[in-house]
Amino acid sequence: MSTESSAQNQPIASTGPAAVSVTGVGKVFASRKGADVTALEAVDLTIAPGEFVSLIGPSGCGKSTLLRLIADLDTPTSGSIEVFGKTARQARIDQAYGIAFQQAGLLPWRTVRANIELPLELHKVGKAERGARSSELLSLVGLADFADKYPDQLSGGMQQRVAIARSLAESPGLLLMDEPFGALDEMTRERMQTELVRICAETGAAVVFVTHSIPEAVFLSNRVVVMSPRPGRIRDVIAVDLGRAEGRGEGLREADSFFEAVVAVRESLHGEAAGAPAARGVDQR
Amino acid sequence: MKQSASLPRTILAPILLGVLAVALWQLAVVALEIKPFVLPSPVSIATEFSGSVSSVWAASLVTGANALIGLLIGAVVGIIAAIIATVLPITDELSAPLVAAASVIPIVALAPVFYTMFGADKETARQLVAALAVFIPVYLNTLRGLRQARPVHRDLMRAYGASAWQATRAVTLPGAVPFLFIGLRIASSLAVISALIGEYFGGPIGGLGKSITSAAASSNYSLAYAYVLGAIILGLVFYIVTLGLEKLVSPHRASASAP
Repeated sequence: MSTESSAQNQPIASTGPAAVSVTGVGKVFASRKGADVTALEAVDLTIAPGEFVSLIGPSGCGKSTLLRLIADLDTPTSGSIEVFGKTARQARIDQAYGIAFQQAGLLPWRTVRANIELPLELHKVGKAERGARSSELLSLVGLADFADKYPDQLSGGMQQRVAIARSLAESPGLLLMDEPFGALDEMTRERMQTELVRICAETGAAVVFVTHSIPEAVFLSNRVVVMSPRPGRIRDVIAVDLGRAEGRGEGLREADSFFEAVVAVRESLHGEAAGAPAARGVDQR
Repeated sequence: MKQSASLPRTILAPILLGVLAVALWQLAVVALEIKPFVLPSPVSIATEFSGSVSSVWAASLVTGANALIGLLIGAVVGIIAAIIATVLPITDELSAPLVAAASVIPIVALAPVFYTMFGADKETARQLVAALAVFIPVYLNTLRGLRQARPVHRDLMRAYGASAWQATRAVTLPGAVPFLFIGLRIASSLAVISALIGEYFGGPIGGLGKSITSAAASSNYSLAYAYVLGAIILGLVFYIVTLGLEKLVSPHRASASAP
């Protein structure tokens, strides 16, 4: 935390223990040929409770790797990660976070309701309590009428809503989302983004959101973390001040402040020379 | 909606083709005056079949019972072996060459050996042949299914801090069911074929295989074909029952053959 840029890696409003605290984290994947791949190098990032932070960058910048490290699905080669003051491993065991991936990853042999209840079931939550919680979540994501359907009877967007409901099952203070809307069409995607903003406002959870899309990152986030590849590191952290969730309607997508933030993120992604050709793998929509 | 629209095509078309083929067959036999020992006409086969329904039924029961016993034994042993091979990979490594060898040899070739081992007056040899033929596809497909857990599900189970047993029960075992049924579908036909062919190599009379050979040997070709028709129906029944069981157990999962 001594360099100039890392000052920006602090949350805008820090109250209480940080939701996520990443300190000097590096990740090296050993390949069989002996040529190690450095996926992440010297990453520092602190996320406040309730804060929405997007990780954006071209393919291979390590944004998904960083998310997996926070989730303790992989372990960092160097540095340390804390989630609500606990080690990443302890936080995973204590179910401090909920997680959603690009694939909804629903179990096809379970109903929508049973899919949402899966984490509760694994942690021995009583049947009545499970039912109450899943009903609550089903109406939160607007799928109350689909409780007894199976995943193959739902559209992609609906499946992803089920996955989000499942990630919220244990009321986590932190949500980790790895391109959850990446496989959806643009219109579904925008609707899901609006819903996610509403859900986050209702649950008060902090979110780490990996995405390829600049407008998506800007629309959702309090801060956008721009990453660069080879080796993956944080290039820039851009604060986006688009007001609280209540004000984030569809009109926001056409507001000047929205475009300004999009331009700021785009220029950061492309390095010093603004207007340079698009960075590879970054969705410009 | 889509299914009902394609219903005429999926059901009527094959029926039409079948009727057409049988009509052509009848026409060819009559017009070209084909001798019955070369090819009996469908009408004579149908007449013979309806005239000897009770004996075809009795023969089907004998062969069907052997096939069913073989199917059950082979499937149960195959599933247990696949679970063991998943839990203890060493057993898989040890048995891999054996399974590979067993999957290429025609199992029915063992029938004569089994008749001398278990006695030519018993059905045991035929049941064993069927069980062996069933074991291979059930074992291989179940094993594949048990190793099929999708990375996203594995990540989820880890994120939930699920124990190994919880992950097995929640993801691995149900995930393997479609693959088990692929194995069972192949095995259901194999069981009937093996039990029937096994009869050609000896053992007690009464089954479909023996009935076909003895009818052909006594120049009653239409009757031989009537038994063949019985064998076809028996095979279909086994296949359809397995398919129905699959639909009953897992109505809402993408077929495992789809990506």
